[in-house]
Amino acid sequence: MAINREYAGRRFEPSDPYEVSRVKIAEFAHAIGDQNPIYRDRDAAQAAGFRDVVAPPTFAIVISMVGSSVALADPGLGLNYAMVVHGEQRFEYARQLQAGDVVTAQTTIANIRDAGRNTLVSTETEIRTTEGELVCTAYSTIAERGGDA
Amino acid sequence: MTAPGPGTPVSYDDVKPGTELPQVSYPVTRLSLVKYCGASGDFNVIHWNERIAKSVGLPDVIAHGMFSMAQAGRYVTDWAGSGAVVVDFGVRFSSMVVVPDDDIGATIEVSGVIEEKLDHNRVALALTARSNDTKVLTRARAVVQLPG
Repeated sequence: MAINREYAGRRFEPSDPYEVSRVKIAEFAHAIGDQNPIYRDRDAAQAAGFRDVVAPPTFAIVISMVGSSVALADPGLGLNYAMVVHGEQRFEYARQLQAGDVVTAQTTIANIRDAGRNTLVSTETEIRTTEGELVCTAYSTIAERGGDA
Repeated sequence: MTAPGPGTPVSYDDVKPGTELPQVSYPVTRLSLVKYCGASGDFNVIHWNERIAKSVGLPDVIAHGMFSMAQAGRYVTDWAGSGAVVVDFGVRFSSMVVVPDDDIGATIEVSGVIEEKLDHNRVALALTARSNDTKVLTRARAVVQLPG
């Protein structure tokens, strides 16, 4: 099934609030093999200048995927997820995510375009606290390999 | 060299553009990918199911691109040390990290160079990540704000 180009420019509703927890941050840090104590120990994080346990830079993907998966799993978009590989990723951080943050992710499909036999879908996801403070903007491009072949 | 862990904080005044930072090796096994699936919530079958990965034309199970990016992030935060904050971080995934079903898995080699010094104690690093002598991250760049 081809990807529906009419989804370019579509802005989806913000996700339900996501509460960043110390346990989830520690689990993520363990999974990426990062032993840095600021991802596990509040005293170490506070000594480094943070309010609470801080998230590794790429932890933002966990939350941005909460938003972008709503967009990419929309049946009307027609994406075949098994054919998807990640093309590009960028995070702009207004500040670091920390335990206790309650945030939402709101995704816009910025662009849909062809690149050879692949179709590229670019999304922009804003991660904001429930008070509206912008914490991080995640820019992602995924490639559906092979198009209709 | 293997991952050193967070080092002594880097001083902005001591940073010199063009300085090459030591390469660090990060292992990735099937177990790494299973853990990363669970921790990240990305359960795409190509990261854990060899049968389906091969059926969709991949050589084998491949690592999450975000796992490689996370290793590059580790490289940056370990270099910058305590109190530093990554303010911008972007990569292009230029090739797949193929992870065989053995006890060794694959290795991601990350290296970096100081690209430029910016205002407000910020430093831009250009990063490279390779696996099997192929670049897996290109146009990888992180901007770090150093303490002080």
